[in-house]
Amino acid sequence: MSKGKDHLIRPYGDTLNDGKMQLSFSLPVPPDERGKEAARTLLKKMGFEEVEVCGMRDLKEGFTHFIAYAGCPVSVDLSKIRVKTVETDVMGLEDTDEYIRTRIGRPLTVIGACIESDAHTVGIDAIMNMKGYNHRYGLERYRYFKAINLGAQVSCEDLLKRARREKADAVLVSQIVTQRNIHVKNLTRLIELAEAEGLRHRMLFICGGPRISHELAIELGYDAGFGSGTYATDVASFIAITLAGRTHKERG
Amino acid sequence: MLQLQLQRDLITRARRAAREIVRAQKWLFDGFSSVTVERTVLRLLGVDGASRDGTPFPNLIIDHLKNKQALGRGAAWWMANACAAKKLTPQQTAEAVCQNGLDLTACPAQPDAKVMALLEKQTRAGLDRIRKQKSRREELFAKYGPRRSPAIYVIVATGNIYEDVTQAKAAAGEGADIIAVIRSTAQSLLDYVPYGATTVGFGGTFATQENFRIMRRALDEVSAAEGRYISLTNYASGLCMPEIAAMGALERLDLMLNDAMYGILFRDINPRRTLLDQYFSRMINACAGIEIQTGEDNYLTTSDAVEKAYTVTASQLINEQFALASGMKPEKMGLGHAFEIDPDLENGFLYELAHALLTRELFPKSPVKYMPPTKFVSGNIFKTHLMDALFNLAGQMTNQGVQLLGMMTEAIHTPHLADRSLAIENAQYIFNTARDLGRELQLSPNGFINKRANQVLKEATVFLEKVAQEGLFVALAKGEFAGIKRPEAGGKGHDGVFMKEPGYLNPFLETMKTELEVP
Repeated sequence: MSKGKDHLIRPYGDTLNDGKMQLSFSLPVPPDERGKEAARTLLKKMGFEEVEVCGMRDLKEGFTHFIAYAGCPVSVDLSKIRVKTVETDVMGLEDTDEYIRTRIGRPLTVIGACIESDAHTVGIDAIMNMKGYNHRYGLERYRYFKAINLGAQVSCEDLLKRARREKADAVLVSQIVTQRNIHVKNLTRLIELAEAEGLRHRMLFICGGPRISHELAIELGYDAGFGSGTYATDVASFIAITLAGRTHKERG
Repeated sequence: MLQLQLQRDLITRARRAAREIVRAQKWLFDGFSSVTVERTVLRLLGVDGASRDGTPFPNLIIDHLKNKQALGRGAAWWMANACAAKKLTPQQTAEAVCQNGLDLTACPAQPDAKVMALLEKQTRAGLDRIRKQKSRREELFAKYGPRRSPAIYVIVATGNIYEDVTQAKAAAGEGADIIAVIRSTAQSLLDYVPYGATTVGFGGTFATQENFRIMRRALDEVSAAEGRYISLTNYASGLCMPEIAAMGALERLDLMLNDAMYGILFRDINPRRTLLDQYFSRMINACAGIEIQTGEDNYLTTSDAVEKAYTVTASQLINEQFALASGMKPEKMGLGHAFEIDPDLENGFLYELAHALLTRELFPKSPVKYMPPTKFVSGNIFKTHLMDALFNLAGQMTNQGVQLLGMMTEAIHTPHLADRSLAIENAQYIFNTARDLGRELQLSPNGFINKRANQVLKEATVFLEKVAQEGLFVALAKGEFAGIKRPEAGGKGHDGVFMKEPGYLNPFLETMKTELEVP
């Protein structure tokens, strides 16, 4: 992917390394020449070059929306970029079932919920429900998963109680609402309670949601995190492969 | 003109089945009440306020009656009896109970005629406050002119009501007709209505009477400045459905989301509880001239929008009958549906037109509410903006009542000021440039759209007839709606339902029933 010396890369408009970026933001100023200059100045102070404010829209109540193109003077060294991602292979439904059957030999119990105040089940449903999402069936469809979807607004306590009762192999938590970092607070609370109740290392804890990355999940003490674009196949494969690995270690 | 050729006999059969489904619930409406219905009665009698720990007086009083095993008679009689015995107003009586430990059940029973006369007076005063707001709305619409169709509906959701005011005023200035103040996540499961103004909420502000008042005042100002009546909406849903309906009626909200089926399926609220609450809340809405909106769009966010399109139609027909059973007029029924088909589906737009026309034609007098794409929307704001444009085109072509605008940043964050502005620009452009397109076009009688609409109607009819045969509660328990099983005695709030005892009285319910000619 990287071109140019030392893997240094910049935004690409229509010429390599032109650094062209598209910007869009609002300022608490009226839509006039002074406002436009404020927008330009702001971008220049951010380090942008060749700033061109091409659009200015009145947002009423003393606010204005600006659209701009500008050149980015900095670059990043691609060779120094490291990201944490879920690295297990992704298998299809039938392969995953077969994998669990041969490597673990029993169905895995997965309990999912949107915890605490979160009322948005679209994420957990996409992963767990029979129907799944975008032609990938959810965990309920797998023969080797017992999928229990507790739905929305489940307290951390209730989720853990159920996980203990069902002897869950994995707990899936979805967090969609992220205003004022409520998702981080909720996820932290769950993992702390799981630690306190001695459940943390008896099952996998996995979180997901549009603002969740694997890196954030690891930081919060989870086994994995899945962001947007995740399908049931990703989650199912991760659970199967990780637990099979653990079983081996325990045996061996 | 774009017009479907629907099989009339199917419409008749579907409506008949929906009517049977709803009529079968009469035992519930006649024989039972709930804690929130009784708290609503107190609010309409004029009780307001909360204790220092934030528990609303209506909750404290209902808990008090429940502890004394006196709730079977309803709150109204106890309240009026105490008012008569102590010569206090309902608010003074409430304060005496909540702050000075007055026992309502220990007040000496006053002569029946005296209590009834007082109650009649108090009921009239409560309903007069609602009627006054209804006339005020009618005056303002007469002054500024009627709402456009499709009306532009946008949300504000900053979590701070004062910040919401800024955003709402800006949106109105840009052309919005209806402002929805989104509720803080999880309010639907609170069995009380929080008190006071919200400045820190998650995903929205609480529906409180004070928040309603603050936003109504701001929108009245902007209506005067724009020369256009800007409507306000919030959510009379969840465990406090009728209380919020009453607050909305008192503070002149113009529309309210109100849908028990939604609460049952997607919030796991007990079916009996919420249908009962809905029955009373819709009567309040009807009395206040408030337009309700229903949440059928949610069926399509969890299920496939083509395969399960009939569940939307079926739910709309059930919701229509529940609304009629509460004395609502079709003109105030904002039945919901959505533009949620996979954008990769070939001819997906034709399916959308078929579904949108079906809703439009099944409910010709109703301001049907059209919801934007959310399910197949990603962080690609450019694609989303384009999908929203097609959604707006479908809305204009099929003449929807209310167009809930899609935001290009759906699935990313609650709308920023510029996101909302771009959404309004998108809608205004399309509504204007395609103004009369729908009137100019005709559908081929045996074409895709006609066939599709009739197929959905057929599936809905068969489904409704099945539900009518087995009963709504059985169908819910079997998971026949949205694939989610909801048993009659399960879910949240069931313990708040109680059987009416001899001598039970709800003067608001009785008066409104007469006034609205409820069967």
